[in-house]
Amino acid sequence: MLTLKSVDAGYGSFQALFGVDLEVKAGEAVGVIGPNGAGKTTLMRVISGLIRPRKGSIAMQGTDVLATPAHRIVSLGIAHVPENRRLFPRLTVEDNLKMGAFMPEARRHHDERLAFVFDLFPRMKERRHQLAGTMSGGEQQMCAIGRALMSDPKLLLLDEPSAGLAPVVVQQVFELVKRIRAGGLTVLIVEQNVQQVLRVVDRAYLLEAGTIRGSGTAAEMLQSDTIKQAYLGV
Amino acid sequence: MQAFLDIFDIYLLETVINGILFGGVLALLALGLNLIFGVIDVTWICYAELIMIGMYGMYYLVHVYGVPYWAAAPMCILLVAGMGALLHFLVIAPLLSSPPINQLLATGGVLFFLQSFATVAFGVEFHNIGIQLPVLRLGEMNFSYARLLSFAAALIGMVAVYVFMKRTYVGTAIRAIAQDRQIMALMGVDTRRIYLITSALGGGLAGLAACLLVLLYDVHPFIGLSIGPITFLICVLGGLGNFIGGFVAAFVFAEIISLGGMFSDLEWGYVLAFGFFIVMMFIRPAGLLSRRS
Repeated sequence: MLTLKSVDAGYGSFQALFGVDLEVKAGEAVGVIGPNGAGKTTLMRVISGLIRPRKGSIAMQGTDVLATPAHRIVSLGIAHVPENRRLFPRLTVEDNLKMGAFMPEARRHHDERLAFVFDLFPRMKERRHQLAGTMSGGEQQMCAIGRALMSDPKLLLLDEPSAGLAPVVVQQVFELVKRIRAGGLTVLIVEQNVQQVLRVVDRAYLLEAGTIRGSGTAAEMLQSDTIKQAYLGV
Repeated sequence: MQAFLDIFDIYLLETVINGILFGGVLALLALGLNLIFGVIDVTWICYAELIMIGMYGMYYLVHVYGVPYWAAAPMCILLVAGMGALLHFLVIAPLLSSPPINQLLATGGVLFFLQSFATVAFGVEFHNIGIQLPVLRLGEMNFSYARLLSFAAALIGMVAVYVFMKRTYVGTAIRAIAQDRQIMALMGVDTRRIYLITSALGGGLAGLAACLLVLLYDVHPFIGLSIGPITFLICVLGGLGNFIGGFVAAFVFAEIISLGGMFSDLEWGYVLAFGFFIVMMFIRPAGLLSRRS
C-alpha cells in the first residue's frame, strides 16, 4: 500500500533521515520503534507531506505522494495523527472532528463518519460541545484519532499515541489501536513504548539515528537481543 | 430643577442610544481588521483606505452614475472584497514569512499609495453621496435614520459572519487555522486558499462599512485617517484578533465618545476615549478580555 524508497529528509542543514526504505502492505499494522531523536516523527511528516524529502520516492497505492500537494495527500487515504495530538484547543470536539472531514469527498459522508467515530468513542459524543483543549490527555488522544478517522482513511499514521499519558490510559489507547485494526484499517505506528507497540503490530522497523537498523515480525523483534537490551530492559 | 432633570435624562438616554448605534458601526470596522489579524497574523495598516476607496465607489455609483443605493451597495462590497483578495495576493502572500515590521511597512506603503491615488484620481474635494435620510423623533429624542440603518446593517453583517464562521467548513477552517497553522495540510486544507478567502471576507466587511459610512460622512482622500486610528485602538483594546473583545471595546469606545461629547464638544469625547485607551494599555496591555496564558 505504502512504499518508501531511499528517503533522505531533514530540516535546514540538519539531516534526520538517511536512505529510509519502508513498506506497509494493505491490512497490516506496522510499527516503527527507536529512541528519541531517531527521526520517527520526521518519517511520519514526510509521508503526510508536512515536510518534503530531499531524495527518494514515496508511493501510496501506486500514486506518487511527492507529486501530490500536501493538502491533497489526505485525499489519497493517508490520515496522520500528529505527535502531541495537535487538536485545535479552542474549537469544540465536534468542530475538531468536522475539520477531519474538510475535503470535499469526506464532507459528503460527514454524518456517517461522525456516527462511526461516536460509536468508537462514546466519550466523544458526551463531550461533543466541549472545547478540545479542556479535555484530559487520553480524551484528547481519542479526539485526535477520531479526527483522523473522519476522512475515512485507508492508512492511519499514529505518531507516539501513548506519549504523555498515564499507564492506564496508554493501555486503553493500544486497545483502541487493536479495535481500529480489526476494522480492516492499515496502521503505521511510531512509538517509544516498544513493549506495548510490539503487542499490537504485525511487523516493526527499528529506526536509529535516521537509518533503518533492522526489521522483522513483532515476535522476531521481541526475541531480538539488540531490542531486548536497548529497549525492553531485559 | 425638576424640569432640568427631565430634559437631562432624555438627552442622556438619547446620547447613550446614539452611542450604541455608533458602536455597532465601530464593531463592524473592528471585526474586519480583527479577522485579518486573527487568521493571517498580519495587520492591514491600509484597512481604512480600503473603506475610503469603497466610499468613493459608492459616491460614483450612486451620485454620479445614478445607480440606486440598494444596487450599488452589493457592487461596492464585491469591489472592496476583490481589493482585499488582491492586497493579500500581491502584497501579503509574498511577505508571509518576512518579519512583521516588513509586513507593516508594506501595508503602510499601500496606505499612502491609495491616498495618493485617490487624490490624483478623485481630487481633494469633499463629496457627499447626496442621500438625505429623515430623522426619527421619539418624544423629545432625535435619531437619524442613517445611524439606525447603519447600525442594523452592521449588526446583520456581523451575524452573517458569525453564522458563516460557525456553520461552514471554510468558516471552521478559518477559526482553526489561527490555532495551529502547521497541521492544516493534514486536514486537507490549503492554507493559501483560506487566507485568500479570509482577505476577501475582510475586504467585504470594509466594503459594507464603506456603504454605511458614506451615509454618515463626506468622502475625501484622507478620510481613512479619521477611521483608521480608532479602528486600530478598538482592536488593540479588545485584544488583537479577539472578535468578542473587539465587539465589546467598540461599544465602550462609542459610549465614551458619545457621552464625553454630550458634556462638551465632540472632540473632547475622542480625547477622553484615547485617554481611556492609554490608561487601559497600562492596566490590561493584552486587551479587555485577554486570555490569561
